[in-house]
Amino acid sequence: MTLDVVDLRKTYPTGDEALKGVDLTVVGSETVAMVGPSGAGKSTFIRCINRLTEPSGGEIRLDGTDLVGLDDDGLRAARRDIGMIFQEYNLVERLTVMENVLTGRLGYVSTWRAFRRDFPPEDIDRAYELLDRVGLEDMENKRVDELSGGQRQRVGIARAVIQEPTILLVDEPTSSLDPETSREVMSLLTEVAAERDIPVLINIHEVELALDHADRVVGLHDGELVFEGTPAEFDERARDTVYRGMDAPPSDAVDGSERSVADGSTVGEPTRTPAGGS
Amino acid sequence: MSVDTPQWRRFNRRERLGRFLATLLALVVFVGSWEYLDMGVTNLADTPRHITDLIVRMYPPDVAYTGQIIDPLIETVHIAAIGTVMAMMLSLPVAVLAAKNTTPNAATYWLGKLLVTVSRSVNIIVWALIFVVMFGPGALAGIIAVGVRSMGFLGKLLAEEIEEIDFGQVEAVRAAGAPPAAVFLYGVVPQIKPAVAGLAVYRWDINVRGASILGFVGAGGIGVQLFTAVDSFAWRTVAMILIAILAVVLVSEWLSAYTRRLVR
Amino acid sequence: MFGRRGLKWAVYAGVFGFLVWSAWGLRVSPTRFVEGLGYGRVLLGQMLPPSADSAGIARIVDKLGESIAMAMVATVTGIVLSVPVAFMAAENISPRPLYYANRGLISLSRALHGLIVAIIAVKAVGIGPLAGIVAITFKTIGFFSKLLAEDIEDIDMGGVKAARAAGASPIQTLLYGVVPQIVPRFVGLTVYRWDINIRQSTVIGIVGAGGIGTLLLRAFERYDYAYVAAILSAIIAVVLVAEGVSALVRRRYQ
Repeated sequence: MTLDVVDLRKTYPTGDEALKGVDLTVVGSETVAMVGPSGAGKSTFIRCINRLTEPSGGEIRLDGTDLVGLDDDGLRAARRDIGMIFQEYNLVERLTVMENVLTGRLGYVSTWRAFRRDFPPEDIDRAYELLDRVGLEDMENKRVDELSGGQRQRVGIARAVIQEPTILLVDEPTSSLDPETSREVMSLLTEVAAERDIPVLINIHEVELALDHADRVVGLHDGELVFEGTPAEFDERARDTVYRGMDAPPSDAVDGSERSVADGSTVGEPTRTPAGGS
Repeated sequence: MSVDTPQWRRFNRRERLGRFLATLLALVVFVGSWEYLDMGVTNLADTPRHITDLIVRMYPPDVAYTGQIIDPLIETVHIAAIGTVMAMMLSLPVAVLAAKNTTPNAATYWLGKLLVTVSRSVNIIVWALIFVVMFGPGALAGIIAVGVRSMGFLGKLLAEEIEEIDFGQVEAVRAAGAPPAAVFLYGVVPQIKPAVAGLAVYRWDINVRGASILGFVGAGGIGVQLFTAVDSFAWRTVAMILIAILAVVLVSEWLSAYTRRLVR
Repeated sequence: MFGRRGLKWAVYAGVFGFLVWSAWGLRVSPTRFVEGLGYGRVLLGQMLPPSADSAGIARIVDKLGESIAMAMVATVTGIVLSVPVAFMAAENISPRPLYYANRGLISLSRALHGLIVAIIAVKAVGIGPLAGIVAITFKTIGFFSKLLAEDIEDIDMGGVKAARAAGASPIQTLLYGVVPQIVPRFVGLTVYRWDINIRQSTVIGIVGAGGIGTLLLRAFERYDYAYVAAILSAIIAVVLVAEGVSALVRRRYQ
């Protein structure tokens, strides 16, 4: 699996330039975490990949196919291979857990069978297996509005994974959850993805969770990619660059310079800059 | 693997049976009704063509006719207004009778309920027919038809309002030694006043619509013109009249919403 | 209540003035009113007791059946047609031109009185129950689509986005993302409209659109008031039963 994003741009009708030309590559089955302050464009970026938000320019190549140029039918087929997990879970409250999970397979059944809830037995098998895996066994017939936040996000995970996607896009999965549930959900998410060799691109607010679970970290600031590296490389200076902008003076960090030395990187080592400069 | 494959169904056996029966019942009723009407499919197939044919004939609307519409339209609005006032006056005593907490005894309660029911179950056009027989053709029959028809509607809603009031306030007035009329005026009326204004305007709006057809049976208003035009297949005139009615209805609807918002 | 006292009194004055103008404009003569009341007593005497011979009763039953059948068919066709209209008239999922066109259709249906629609339908497709079905269907669409469209506009779009993101087709997205959220009110609204349609079906015969209304008009024209009373009693009975059924179903499902 290769996801190649080249020069992705997005300007909203209001004139707001959310993305100013971002390049990113995700390969194999790595987990890439995208961090940055509010309004940096992280959510926009993720949503542009499966075109829930239409990009203003750039290329998005998933295993060679440019998603930007696809027509409606092509896009629908492509989306079957892209699993998405949402901040607000985006479940249908009046439907049962099972129905919500099976929504992930809608791209593979005819409309008539979907209407009758007549999914192939393999899909039912997958659903049960996933429900067990995410810790929701025996809850398949519960209505979603009877579940807690953490349980709902697990349903969201099952729904995305049942698509057997080539990549998982995750948009702030833990913003609506308390810290402990957040940790559980993040662990579950990354474990399940790792078990199935699915790469994950995750937009996350809580930096610590990102650093704990990611293979790579990218930092967005004001619509531009300002950092790319391993979690170990994400030091105080990197944090400043991402959260306060390239030209911001380094803060008088509380545990600043000592931390970066302990991580192995030296104070003087430059952080990676995007090709286009600032 | 397949041996262990659990079967999953959205609805359990009982629910599915219930849904199946309900669909079957709906189908049977539908087909049965169709058969009863004995209309056959050939008539149906022509319907879209007939309808579009008619619509085409209505275009363009006969704008020159506007001059002749104004007076009857105004008459229609007047009929609706006076009729609603009449209904308000009639509905207050009826509501008192039909409210469990203000009605003197069981017999009066049932009388109130009867009045409300009969008024609501008989369509305004039927009332118009009756009152044209009694009072002769013209606006008078129309006003009374509107009044009697709305009496039930307003009476029922007002009765519900009365049943919702804080009876303590009424008892306080009564305890002070006031006569029944005063008890009503000071204990009940202030509590239902906001609802009354809103309901009256709401019903007036509905009555404007209803008054437009009274002319079909000779009870005044624009209905007379409309009926004549339709009967003589003067479709462009019909279109003009409909547009005029639409305009009036839109205005009255806006007025109604505006006033009800003010009163809230 | 009102914003300012001044505004309140201005409105009262306006309403009062309007009513005075109405009363004067109608030039109703008190004598005619009193005469009418007197004749009303005579009429009442002729109407009561309601009477009908066996042939008359048979006709009532037959025509009543016709009315009920019209209402049944028209409710189904009306609701079936309202669904696509409602989806096209929902701001959050429908393209602009389609939205405006369908909203216009809905407004037209709601503004025109059922009898006006009926009389036009009669001229379009001929006298008889077909016209009645067409008329009631049209009114049902206006009523139902508006409420359904409002329901659709109120939904949480989250499930829709998720279904789309998983690659579901547009209809599948509607089925899984929208429909479950609007189903609760559907049953209640259906039976509510059915009740209204029964009422309508009993009177549209007066303008030739089939049903017991035809019988009623003929009775009036023959001055056969006792028969009129019999027909009215039958109509009231049917309307009451329909209302009862409607209340029962709505209480069970809401």
